[in-house]
Amino acid sequence: MPDEPKHIVTSFEADLKKLRDMIAGMGGLVEAAVADAATALLDHDPEVAGRVVQLDPVIDNEERGIEQFAVRLLALRQPLADDLRQVIQALKVITDLERIGDYAANIAKRSLVINQVASTFSLSGLGQMALLVQQNLKSSIDAVGEGDPQKAIAVWRADQAVDDLYNTIFRELITYMMEDARSITACTHLLFIAKNLERIGDHTTNIAELTYYAVTGESLPDFRPKGDQTSAYTHASTAG
Amino acid sequence: MEIASHPMSETALPGGLLSTTQTGAPRVSIRNLNFYYGANHALKNVNIDFPDKQTTAMIGPSGCGKSTLLRILNRMYDLYPGQRAEGEVLIGGENIIAPGQDLNRLRRRVGMVFQKPTPFPKSIYENVIFGVRLHEKLSKSELDERVEWSLTRAALWGEVKDRLQTSAIGLSGGQQQRLCIARSIAVRPEVLLLDEPTSALDPISTLKIEELVDELKKEFTIIIVTHNMQQAGRCADQVAFFYLGELVESGPTSNIFTAPRERKTQEYITGRFG
Repeated sequence: MPDEPKHIVTSFEADLKKLRDMIAGMGGLVEAAVADAATALLDHDPEVAGRVVQLDPVIDNEERGIEQFAVRLLALRQPLADDLRQVIQALKVITDLERIGDYAANIAKRSLVINQVASTFSLSGLGQMALLVQQNLKSSIDAVGEGDPQKAIAVWRADQAVDDLYNTIFRELITYMMEDARSITACTHLLFIAKNLERIGDHTTNIAELTYYAVTGESLPDFRPKGDQTSAYTHASTAG
Repeated sequence: MEIASHPMSETALPGGLLSTTQTGAPRVSIRNLNFYYGANHALKNVNIDFPDKQTTAMIGPSGCGKSTLLRILNRMYDLYPGQRAEGEVLIGGENIIAPGQDLNRLRRRVGMVFQKPTPFPKSIYENVIFGVRLHEKLSKSELDERVEWSLTRAALWGEVKDRLQTSAIGLSGGQQQRLCIARSIAVRPEVLLLDEPTSALDPISTLKIEELVDELKKEFTIIIVTHNMQQAGRCADQVAFFYLGELVESGPTSNIFTAPRERKTQEYITGRFG
């Protein structure tokens, strides 16, 4: 990692650096997608929404490129120890990033629908959630680049707040729907958007866990405080 | 920090890689071992166990002491003046570096195969039976049986059974090395030492030897010195890393190659050394 002596084979060192740069590049695209998706939703901006949707195949393409590069690195360099962990981390992080891109695109598409069904709901809760998710995503991607396990742990812990917000929004939207059946369409879309943000938070946490493993060689505990209490399974398992 | 000290969970490694090292009594135990080439202190206070019926790989840069350790295990250093070992090397509870050891008996218990194949300019049959003749009085049929047993275990029987009386020199490099392994195991040793056994072989012969090591460890305790990290990864249950005469780290192979504890180990196996 950063303070380590250089690899004897400089082209190997260069390959590992290139891998880190590629991930940083893909991370930047995904961050932009999430930020734009939030803007599209909160500012009711269809143009920005369209941009996010167009970005999705670009992100997918990045993922394929990095995957090929990482596989080539495994085959030709046969990395070990922290080098090995770094390549494995890369292969898994890009999957998480790609999914985050998908969720961002989904939020953007739904924002277009919401613009059409005039809604009177306040989006401030979702706005707050989007902000928090973006902050965590940024820290998480920074932690990958810097190889910083402490930052990774901070992100890992911070997801609890995202889950709490999701629970609040979930209850709020259910209440609206019960009060007025005509709001069901809009509320359902908003609910999916909240869920998408919550899932982005989970993938962000995955990235933090992968970083912690790549840097330290140890796994974070299996148990992470899970805050999403809206699923039937959670209720059933806690009740039983 | 609470999380940093969290013990590595068992699920952190795939089950297949969690090899069952350190089970049962060790076959070879080394305690406070120091070794000197004249004034040169070549091994410094080494403590390590080699578990029974498992393969241990010793890795480290040239001159780190791993081959010296192998040479102590069958007391080959006795052949040279000015070399001495201090401490304890227990094989089956017996300190083999103590004075008064029967070296012929020791070398029957601890077989060794070298970097380059060393067949004798004799027939294949005579090569295999050479050590047996020194240690045991066997009838012709018992000798035949032993030759077949050894060559079968060395995965060579099928290739040479119809030409046992031809010269071993005519065999390929990979076959010669397997013949040397057959010769070593023919005396039924407890421990088999392999000093870079595949460094002079082509990739396919190398894989055959590695496959053989996997088979042989069911019956013998195997200690292999290798410069090939991937080979250590493929063959060994545990790995010991030596540097400048010291044992830096030893542990289950999967741990050493995915998350070594010591920085020096990490630098060596990832090629950031010196």
